[in-house]
Amino acid sequence: MSVIFFLVAALTVAGGLAAVLFKNTVHCALAVTVAFAGLALLFLSLDAQFAGFAQVLVYIGAVAILVVFAILLTRGSETPQSGVFSKSWFTGLVIAAGIFAVLGWAVMQSAHALPQQAAAPAVTVHDIGVALVGRYVLPLEIVALLLTAATIGAVIVALHEKERTQ
Amino acid sequence: MADKLDQIFILLRDWLIHFLPAALRPFAAVVLGVVAIVCVFPGLFALTTVFERKGLGRMQNRLGPNRVGPFGFFQPVADGIKSLTKEDIVPLSADAVVHFLAPLVLVVAVFMGFAVLPLGRNMVLVDMDAGLLFFFAMGASTEVSIFMAGWSSRNKYSILGAMRAIAQMISYEVPLLLSSVTVVMITGSLSLTKIVEAQNHYTGVFPNWYVFTPWGFASFLMFAIAATAETNRTPFDLPEGESELVAGYFTEYSGFKFALFFLGEYLGMFSISGLGATLFLGGWSAPFSFLTWVPSWIWFFSKDMAAIFIFIWMRGTLPRLRQDQLMNFAWKFVLPFTLLNLLVTALWRFMDGGWLRWVVCSAILAGAYVLMGRTGMARKNYGPRSYRYAE
Repeated sequence: MSVIFFLVAALTVAGGLAAVLFKNTVHCALAVTVAFAGLALLFLSLDAQFAGFAQVLVYIGAVAILVVFAILLTRGSETPQSGVFSKSWFTGLVIAAGIFAVLGWAVMQSAHALPQQAAAPAVTVHDIGVALVGRYVLPLEIVALLLTAATIGAVIVALHEKERTQ
Repeated sequence: MADKLDQIFILLRDWLIHFLPAALRPFAAVVLGVVAIVCVFPGLFALTTVFERKGLGRMQNRLGPNRVGPFGFFQPVADGIKSLTKEDIVPLSADAVVHFLAPLVLVVAVFMGFAVLPLGRNMVLVDMDAGLLFFFAMGASTEVSIFMAGWSSRNKYSILGAMRAIAQMISYEVPLLLSSVTVVMITGSLSLTKIVEAQNHYTGVFPNWYVFTPWGFASFLMFAIAATAETNRTPFDLPEGESELVAGYFTEYSGFKFALFFLGEYLGMFSISGLGATLFLGGWSAPFSFLTWVPSWIWFFSKDMAAIFIFIWMRGTLPRLRQDQLMNFAWKFVLPFTLLNLLVTALWRFMDGGWLRWVVCSAILAGAYVLMGRTGMARKNYGPRSYRYAE
């Protein structure tokens, strides 16, 4: 178990680091995909089937492809002359480290704050489905409405440009 | 005896692993299952290529391969040796690492899909609670490999083919998933074995397959259309249209890497047909109650091969679509129809059994089909067909 965890964690971290350090933008996008796959494997190793497969389906199947499309349709994958690091990289590093420290502290504290659970709860895909359309149906509908609005917005943006060219 | 024959592969596996110490047995059982899948489906791929070439030849009034072995049936062997010994050419400007990884990612992702398909009674490698979700997750990751192949080749045909392939796969993935969701709504499970079990009982001699219900028939048709587009087969083979893009995203591949792309495409056909058979055609269950003595795996592979035959038949019959026709068809016909079908399935689920729900559901679906077809055609302003001949 722990060997698998360390292997997958190393893969995920390597993917994330590569995404930041590679020069070619498309290589960065593919490295992010590796990090997504590592995260999915971590979910699976924690017995969270639904989260793991949803991670693959949504992040590798859709988000990674979207990122790649955006790169190719905007400015190409050529390496910029000024290098890949922005001037304020040190500030970014400090902010990222701060957020990581807060999250890490919160996770560490939660072990004391919550009573120890004897066994990990067995959550099946069936339970998640029942919860989504039962107790959490209102948040689900709100998210659906938001996504529909975003889709309509995207269509309107695309339509507007077409009318102007005619 | 019939039971023994039905379970012959399971019995064979158990007999093989009983030689090993008990600690190793679960692991060995999984390895044997993986080896069986990795051997059987590429074998079927070799057979399918020769049948496809012979069948297309028959449809086009020519002979097809007839040099190697009796009636040319050893052609795949010759093709395999050829692709193994051919020089593997990587273009000078290509991105060597990504170019090398693309066919591997494709074949691995496609093979993973077979892990959850029930190939016969008790013959499923991993009986997962979320089997259908796993299958679609693996199917979605093939898009990345197609992009990798097209982009890393640094060739305008390749990148155009890859962009076309990804746009097409994303557009048709939505109806593919939505048409499968209807089955999940009725069965109440994402597990493919449970979906087969739900269909494996009979009314009189006839099976209760989902394709024999109004919503199931509509879903099956939409699933078949979307599956053809997902596997880039004619009439949806724009990504590799040889007359416009040479071979699309794998133009710059030669030798065994090309063979891997070819293999990946056919394995994708096998797995998506197997999924279609599992969801709508009762998987490994027999088509009539008096035929249940025939081993279950024979039924699964017969249904799979029948679907492959239809793929080949369509390739010999239909012309290729244009890009705008492809997209209009996906977003203006297939997607609204699958959405309507979701509502009809919910209606079917909550109406009382009996003839009324058959009439209501069929009427809604048939009416919507005719209405959408008529309005779509009326907008095109097609007159009577006219022919012009070359002078």
